[in-house]
Amino acid sequence: MTAIVNVSLKTGVLDSQGKAVHHALDSLNFKGVNDVRVGKQIVLQLTETDKDKAMAEVTKMCEEILANTVIEDFKIELI
Amino acid sequence: MKVTILQFPGTNCEYDTQHAFESLGATCEIVWHKAESLPADTNLLVVAGGFSYGDYLRSGAIAKFSPVMKAVTEYAKKGGKVLGICNGFQVLTEAGLLPGALKRNDGLHFISKHHTLKVENNNNIFLEKLNNGDIVNIPIAHHDGNYFIDEAGLADLEKNNQILLRYTDAKGNIQNPNGSVSSIAGICNKDKNVFGLMPHPERAMELILGSDDGVKMLEGFLAS
Repeated sequence: MTAIVNVSLKTGVLDSQGKAVHHALDSLNFKGVNDVRVGKQIVLQLTETDKDKAMAEVTKMCEEILANTVIEDFKIELI
Repeated sequence: MKVTILQFPGTNCEYDTQHAFESLGATCEIVWHKAESLPADTNLLVVAGGFSYGDYLRSGAIAKFSPVMKAVTEYAKKGGKVLGICNGFQVLTEAGLLPGALKRNDGLHFISKHHTLKVENNNNIFLEKLNNGDIVNIPIAHHDGNYFIDEAGLADLEKNNQILLRYTDAKGNIQNPNGSVSSIAGICNKDKNVFGLMPHPERAMELILGSDDGVKMLEGFLAS
């Protein structure tokens, strides 16, 4: 099973990289963008085959190391 | 006085830190991150600056799982004195020994220059040789020095006098180089035995190098 983890700064925490990218898009005349958030994606190949167990395990990984929950949110997708 | 300095792969300020504390008369020992215990005679543990584990994932994120960090946490919980400088500050927040987190500088640039800081709370061993309101000139050198804490956390820091230093201009007016919440440059824990700051006092020990304001800061640890 593959787990795709998306980590991004929490809403309310200023995302300077997102802001810079937004500014760049604006300079390139892409005017239809309201907001940009930059995050990172971590892809894990798991040995676990049970979805619930995999979700529980990856959630633990996110809380312990993959994300810093003081400033970041995470979303897990299993495929 | 025995100062133990941690060394992770990617640490690069351990020898400056050793030089600084030795110039004040302390004995130093550099301890590799694989160690599972700290020298028993340690009076101060310093997590030195640098780029532990190449800052992979997040600054300080991987270092917190090094074998030595268990011993560091135990040492801190027992009241042992711990100082984290720059990457060391990032490691201590990641390890949960200090509140908050350090994120990318608002301007996205690595900043390397001297900066003036205002002493906010000197009722702790680190800054007891200085007065509240004193201005010190200390180098900063970081990419992820943008201190973040939520509003409740900030109120806690204020209430318990945990804010040690703020970035200011030479007159003490707020001047924020990196976007830190409340212009915070350094904090301590509630018990006032764990200290963290982004600026480098160990690089401000000799006037010929631009400032010796770091002497009064680090001396605080020697007096205790």
